[in-house]
Amino acid sequence: MGRTFSVRDTVTPNNTPYAIARYSADELKEALKKMYLIRKFEEGAEDSYMRGLIHGTMHLSIGQEASAVGSCMSLSDEDKITSTHRGHGHCVAKGADLSRMFAEFFGKESGYCKGRGGSMHIADPSKGNLGANGIVGGGLPIAVGAALSAKRLGTGAVTVCFFGDGANNEGAFHEALNMAKVWNLPVVFVCENNKYGMSTSTERSTAVKNIADRAVAYAMPGVTVDGNDFSAVAEAVDAAVERARKGEGPSLVENVTYRWRGHSKSDRNRYRTKEEIAEWQSRDPIAAMAKLLTDHKIASEDEIAGIEADATRIIEEAIAFATEGANPKIEEVTRDVYTQEIAS
Amino acid sequence: MHTKTDLRELSYAEAIREAMDIAMAQDERVILMGEDIGVYGGAFGVTGDLIEKYGMDRVMDTPISELGGAGVAVGAAMTGLRPIFEFQFSDFATLGMEQIVNQAAKIRYMLGGAVSVPVVMRFPSGSGTGAAAQHSQSLEAWTAHVPGLKVVQPATPADAKGLLLAALEDPDPVMIYEHKILYKMKGHVPEGHYTTPIGKAAVMREGKDLTIVATAIMVHKALDAAETLATEGIDAEVIDLRTIRPMDRDTVLASVRKTGRLVCVYEAVKTLGVGAEVSAMVAESDAFDYLDAPIIRLGGAECPIPYNPELEKAVVPQVPDILEAARNLAKGRI
Ligand SMILES: Cc1ncc(C[n+]2csc(CCOP(=O)(O)OP(=O)(O)O)c2C)c(N)n1
Ligand SMILES: [Mg+2]
Repeated sequence: MGRTFSVRDTVTPNNTPYAIARYSADELKEALKKMYLIRKFEEGAEDSYMRGLIHGTMHLSIGQEASAVGSCMSLSDEDKITSTHRGHGHCVAKGADLSRMFAEFFGKESGYCKGRGGSMHIADPSKGNLGANGIVGGGLPIAVGAALSAKRLGTGAVTVCFFGDGANNEGAFHEALNMAKVWNLPVVFVCENNKYGMSTSTERSTAVKNIADRAVAYAMPGVTVDGNDFSAVAEAVDAAVERARKGEGPSLVENVTYRWRGHSKSDRNRYRTKEEIAEWQSRDPIAAMAKLLTDHKIASEDEIAGIEADATRIIEEAIAFATEGANPKIEEVTRDVYTQEIAS
Repeated sequence: MHTKTDLRELSYAEAIREAMDIAMAQDERVILMGEDIGVYGGAFGVTGDLIEKYGMDRVMDTPISELGGAGVAVGAAMTGLRPIFEFQFSDFATLGMEQIVNQAAKIRYMLGGAVSVPVVMRFPSGSGTGAAAQHSQSLEAWTAHVPGLKVVQPATPADAKGLLLAALEDPDPVMIYEHKILYKMKGHVPEGHYTTPIGKAAVMREGKDLTIVATAIMVHKALDAAETLATEGIDAEVIDLRTIRPMDRDTVLASVRKTGRLVCVYEAVKTLGVGAEVSAMVAESDAFDYLDAPIIRLGGAECPIPYNPELEKAVVPQVPDILEAARNLAKGRI
């Protein structure tokens, strides 16, 4: 699948997967927990929607958990991410508080955006998450800007820019990659290629076979990996993050994955087959991660059940927190349009 | 919102689809372009199953490329096709603004009249769906500010069909702002081909005490308010502007001369918008002498559209806001 990065020294000779060689047992268990949290956040969100507790729409990332978590493994809170409309997973991966996420989803003052933003705008700047985005491709130049800041200010921070396969056909994608390279900025472009932008397959919308092939046009490394394989994702993105940190400039990583649910709540799935969905469901990234941990004796099955139970409890508590939260005050609706209020 | 009759009814979305269907059947040059308008049927189901009838070559799913897509439509319109380009949400037209404002609007003029750009663009707009700040805007005043474009905002299913067919007959670029909340609204729609004239407002309800000039979904809120006002002895005239460029001066001014009071209500942010233009039109004309009270504009609050449903409602004019303004005006309180 495409070009690959040079394999790092941390990979042991006896075929141990990258993640096992690179990360401690605690780090790996924490990663699995985040994957469960994402899955259960999405299920909780879907259930709340079905029960009429929230309005609007939502874009669920069930099936894409390895891509979100694997891509954030070597990031600290100083490092930035930009996210997308399908951003709940990125948010969790970057360490967000599930309660404040749910509160935002419920439109409450206690939510991350104080009820102003909703599902498509959840952000947590305190953890380096510059936000989901309602505009396809909107985050790409912003990520380049964050990388420019890091370089000029000498913070050493790296920005990981998440975007979908659909976004790679926006001008913003091409302009962003070009500038990132021209200015040699510490940014990693992570394309989550789930094969469709809404109903339109990459075959019908994109001139190249792999999105990573576009890296050639911007003279940066590009690699395509199995986005449902946590270790493969972490290996590719970690290497790109390291390059960025060393001042070697931007990279493009393409995580090939799949969204199990429809694009949003109005999707009738008329553009793909049941068989295709079932085939991808059989490649569940969470089951694969759990197997990785048991196979390498990182965690027992009981421990894994415990991690899952923990995630379930956290989500239940988050929903309770969100339900109890107060609505924003109507009198304050124009607050925060500007930093310093102006008379209008 | 409407009275039940034997007349054929369609939803606003169905009426638009019927217009596209009629146009495509009559004229091979008409093609549809947009994101997910094929098998998906459009984000709001407007194109529906037209792909089954006309195929992928005439119902074209574009990549997610608003600037490029709009520009392809402009180029095709200059050279023999009649594209109808759908922005999935009007908000995403901001990405295509270059081709709309610098190209489509000006090409004919810059070329000294040597070519026309008969492109039609559709913009699903407005709030009320819980989709927050980047999916709920009413930016029609942006394009209405640009000479070379024509800008319409149908409020009824019949006008949605008639204005689209008129737009296709027009040799110049026509921007159609469709309020998303109206897509499901039903109303009588005549069969077959007909056009609603671009540049003509419609008097939806006659009245003598005050004039309410409204656009899009606000037309229905104004009509609701007028019913209540009638029970209080206030006789409101409701005008559906329908086109905001070119604006129907005559209809608005005649009404103001008759009533002497004007409320202008629209969903877009209140300042620097349609209401300012309507007010200035009155202020600059003889109708000004007929005013018995200051003009009132009711528009969106000075903020993006928030997500929380209560906040979302609070930032755009609602029926009680229209009632309050009308009562104050009619009772000479301001
Ligand atoms: C500029 C812009 N165009 C269109 C849309 C509507 N839209 C939202 S998500 C989406 C599909 C995006 O596909 P992709 O980038 O592959 O991300 P995915 O949904 O598959 O995660 C579309 C067309 C939008 N939000 N912004
Ligand atoms: Mg996609």
